[in-house]
Amino acid sequence: MAERPRTLVEKIWDAHVVSSEPGAPSILAIDLHLVHEVTSPQAFTGLRERGAKVRKPGQTVATADHSIPTTDPSLPITDELARKQLVQIEENCREFGIPFHGKDCPTRGIVHVIGPELGLTQPGMTIVCGDSHTATHGAFGALAFGIGTSEIEMVLATQTLLQRKPKTFRVQIDGRLHPSVGAKDIILALIARIGVGGGTGHVFEFTGDAIRALSMEERMTVCNMSIEGGARAGLVAPDETTFAYLKGRKFAPQGAAWDEAVARWRKLPTEEGATYDKSIVIDGDKLEPMVTYGTNPGMGIGVTGRIPSAADVEPGDREELERALAYMGLEAGKSIAGQKLDVVFIGSCTNGRIEDMRAAASVLKGHHVAPGLRVLVVPGSQQVKKQAETEGLDSVFRAAGAEWRESGCSMCIAMNGDQLEPGQYGISTSNRNFQGRQGKGGRTFLASPLTAAASAITGVVTDPRTVTATPAVEAH
Amino acid sequence: MPEPFSTVTSRVISIPRANIDTDQICPARFLKITDKANLADALFFDWRFTPDGARRVPPSFIDEPHNAGRQIFLVGDNFGSGSSREHAPWALRAWGVRAIFSTSFADIFKGNALKNALLPIVVTPERHAALTALLAADPDGEWTVNLESQKVTLPGGDSFDFEIDLFARTMILAGTDEIGYVLSQLPAIEAWEAAHPARVETREGAAAK
Repeated sequence: MAERPRTLVEKIWDAHVVSSEPGAPSILAIDLHLVHEVTSPQAFTGLRERGAKVRKPGQTVATADHSIPTTDPSLPITDELARKQLVQIEENCREFGIPFHGKDCPTRGIVHVIGPELGLTQPGMTIVCGDSHTATHGAFGALAFGIGTSEIEMVLATQTLLQRKPKTFRVQIDGRLHPSVGAKDIILALIARIGVGGGTGHVFEFTGDAIRALSMEERMTVCNMSIEGGARAGLVAPDETTFAYLKGRKFAPQGAAWDEAVARWRKLPTEEGATYDKSIVIDGDKLEPMVTYGTNPGMGIGVTGRIPSAADVEPGDREELERALAYMGLEAGKSIAGQKLDVVFIGSCTNGRIEDMRAAASVLKGHHVAPGLRVLVVPGSQQVKKQAETEGLDSVFRAAGAEWRESGCSMCIAMNGDQLEPGQYGISTSNRNFQGRQGKGGRTFLASPLTAAASAITGVVTDPRTVTATPAVEAH
Repeated sequence: MPEPFSTVTSRVISIPRANIDTDQICPARFLKITDKANLADALFFDWRFTPDGARRVPPSFIDEPHNAGRQIFLVGDNFGSGSSREHAPWALRAWGVRAIFSTSFADIFKGNALKNALLPIVVTPERHAALTALLAADPDGEWTVNLESQKVTLPGGDSFDFEIDLFARTMILAGTDEIGYVLSQLPAIEAWEAAHPARVETREGAAAK
């Protein structure tokens, strides 16, 4: 008898269930555990208190990204708490035998950037990290999600998690995107459509022609912000694009093991006839560059749109809209394009990879940033930094008047000194526009690297389609 | 090790806002700690203090004297959205909160809350509206949440049942350590591992299977 057709998520789930007792959550095996300095210290303390070891140090990897400065690395770290946290992760990794991509390591970077670039992230895996943007790794067809510190301790001690099977939510993006519309616009449009709680209890699977046409880095951008739509994870089925990206990477399978892995990965995609708990179809042809105007990522509109007024939203959402506009200092009914900016931030686990750097540089080449504007370009990893410098992108940014930094989370979470000042407006390629997220009292517009770079030239929120981009480097 | 927990009786604080994110509950700059100390002070910090550090006037609800010691919150939809920081439930617990009523909770927050014996209680929109009205009419009434019987008792004696993850309920009632529970099933984990070679080897030089 033929088996019931299964989705990608169900296949990965079924392959990792260690045991499941009636009524209890399943014990789910974890293939890869990513660790960073901010959410792990208390978990290591817990391990010590119970006298436990890290069960699988070879399936665990750590880096420092959140609180690390992006300024000159030869300077001492002046923030005592951040310094202590960075010392702590290094000591914890040494004590428990976990490989650590630390401050002076050429492979250091944002945890969700280095996993893929090192080839650690692979299709069919279960991947967890004490960070909600772990969904990024879903771009490879891995079930990847964020966990809390208690769960970090659980994975360190047991290499498993207690989990209930998630529901599935298919997000189909049809058609073909305009050249100035990209992955960031897809995910912002989805969240604007379903709301920040729209995916709660579910895992997204992104399908459709517009998704298939995306590069791996673009798929990572889409999956990265699944959590902003309420879903803990978001996946794209692996295909030739996935395999081509992974082949030859440091920790990817090599030789015969590679062929065997690819054969296994080809069996992962959702089968014909499999069903999802929920689904939505979005016409990619109609998408335009997106910008958020409010204080959650669901408050987004097309860059040619107007800031909504109370009459445009459901009665139950009016108070929240009014509170958001008051915080943002924005007027309902005004165009979002043309809003004044103080800062531009290009970077983060959402948009800090080499293609993002190239996109921003293609817009900024031959231009200078608007007078008085601060523009911060922060590569997602030291490898991205090096590659960008090899291609001369750093020179493009510097010549345009932007700051070129060391890698890290930087102004996305404002823990390392890179932050908006109270009242300042920033356009940011990061993932959250929550109140105070990028600095106390700071006000964030979320957008793509193209939109952020176009806005850097004008000093106001700008439609990238009105600015001519020139490839900053020869085509690759 | 966790302590058993079953019942809380307390006056209630209403926060009638939807989508309260973890950056509001515990701003990121308070995540630079390496322990769990002093997190009560971080709770809703930016709602309580201006960017230059002055206490807001009038004070935030959190700092109103009559709200001190209240252990139950009634909040808007999708509470705890955003990051995976367990600092959010740690801060709520440190401040004294034991149960939160909402129409929904963000997934990661909900899991983190349960691991800290902070009860996320989901109610229907109709029930939520009724509770909001009740609280407006009787702002100092005491509610009782009983995890054992899965019952909420309101001032005046009305009561209703609530649902909660039954496994988490068992763990919280007994004060069971979840890691200990999983480690007690080590043979099953070992058997699984024996049948499934590791997909990756993160240590340089060590051979991946």
